[in-house]
Amino acid sequence: MCAKQVTKAPKEVQTTGHSWDGIEEYNNPLPRWWVWVLYLTIVWGIGYTIFYPAWPMLTSATQGIYGPQERAAVVAEIKRFDDANGPIKAKLVAADLAAIPADDELKTFAVSAGASVFKNNCAQCHGSGAAGVQGKGYPNLLDNDWLWGGDMESIHATVAHGIRNTTDGDARYSEMPKFGTDGLLDDAQIGQVVEYVLQLSGQEHDAAGATAGATIFADNCAACHAEGGTGDRVQGAPNLTDAIWLYGGDKATLTESVSKARFGVMPAWAPKLSEDEIRAVAVYVHSLGGGE
Amino acid sequence: MAFLDKHKKIETHATLLMVLSLLVVTIGGIVEIAPLFYLQNTIEKVEGVRPYTPLELAGRDIYIREGCYVCHSQMIRPMRDEVERYGHYSLAAESMYDHPFQWGSKRTGPDLARVGGRYSDSWHVDHMTNPQAVVPESVMPKYSYLLRQEVDGKYIAGIMSTHAMVGVPYTEDMIAAAKEDFAAQADPNADTAGLTERYGKATVSNFDGQPALTEMDALIAYLQVLGTMVDFTTFTPDPTR
Repeated sequence: MCAKQVTKAPKEVQTTGHSWDGIEEYNNPLPRWWVWVLYLTIVWGIGYTIFYPAWPMLTSATQGIYGPQERAAVVAEIKRFDDANGPIKAKLVAADLAAIPADDELKTFAVSAGASVFKNNCAQCHGSGAAGVQGKGYPNLLDNDWLWGGDMESIHATVAHGIRNTTDGDARYSEMPKFGTDGLLDDAQIGQVVEYVLQLSGQEHDAAGATAGATIFADNCAACHAEGGTGDRVQGAPNLTDAIWLYGGDKATLTESVSKARFGVMPAWAPKLSEDEIRAVAVYVHSLGGGE
Repeated sequence: MAFLDKHKKIETHATLLMVLSLLVVTIGGIVEIAPLFYLQNTIEKVEGVRPYTPLELAGRDIYIREGCYVCHSQMIRPMRDEVERYGHYSLAAESMYDHPFQWGSKRTGPDLARVGGRYSDSWHVDHMTNPQAVVPESVMPKYSYLLRQEVDGKYIAGIMSTHAMVGVPYTEDMIAAAKEDFAAQADPNADTAGLTERYGKATVSNFDGQPALTEMDALIAYLQVLGTMVDFTTFTPDPTR
């Protein structure tokens, strides 16, 4: 491990002048390339302050030859893409909503544009595959069970204005009474009406309870959920006769739904998305399988 | 070189080196920091930005306490991908009442600068309670205990005074009514005339959906106001800034 002692000729390189127990240190100059890089960065720095906003003056900083660019650059970049998609977007906005799914060119564009709008804005609640969250009140958009309607017009209106939010005057709105919390029905009556709903949806139920519940249903629930419990899309009242449940169709969940009611909220997207984006995502949702 | 030989005097004299280093750092600091306090073009005047309401401010403290900024930024940069995804790029004025600001730089989760109004209150409750229940791909931890931590705004007036000290325009009236406004914002049945008069547009809602006033209420109140103060349909930022 012992290297040959390197001895440089005296005076070739000076030492630092210190001697630590006989050990001395050469005072080699910095590598030439390193020194030049340092000088170059200083020159670069001066140039930078000439071309870009830099030195603080009395009321504002010097603007530089190029001036601040980020804001104009992002606007230009977005415009470049908007221009490229401009004609088809204009066509999408001008088209008759109901006719879009039949127009191959528009549909192809809208489904892929809508898919990215969906993944960015809608997937957090409805899931990245649009299957919703079962039993949590986030509707599945893949099936053909629609609360507020599944044709293009209805989907478009729901996306644009939302449901039961406080920010959009045109939001879809309905409010189920809290039959238990507000004392509209007593516990026995709620139990009976739940039995009737179990019967409606073809589940195991207590026949006597269901018979009593049918009268309570007719008096309290049928106005919205319709006679026979098939629901009413004008009021967003779910169909109670099928096997599709927003919050769950078992006895305990139904009792909770009747007692405390549900109040699902969807934000209005018109302030956040442009009309072409709303149309695109409506076409995308419509294309998922349940569109009417 | 003679010049470099003189430099040797500094390098071999510890005290002199320290004093001169301090001088250089001081000059650098003054040039870089001091102008921010007087330059007119660092913060543009933007209509709509208001100080946080007491409940939002408490929510912001919970945001900081839980370290939300460790994974979420609040800074939409002027780049096409971010603007398309999150909305208009952030303006300095939008965080002028933030002490400290929550811009952040670690982006494990999405940027939250404009999360306000994007999701319903109940989604926030579901998501904070168990993020994977609504977003299976998420790696966010659970914060269900926020639902059980009751808050009463006992110290909120003090916190607001502290913010007033560093320049947030909380009036004496606002600080005096802090506790009252704190409770009113989370109660849809409360008289919110005072809250509206003092703060203007503020969302009043039972944010967490349960009767008690909890940390969840405060945090959601804060999240729901993020990025909603400036109306970009009427405000166009100066592109030359």
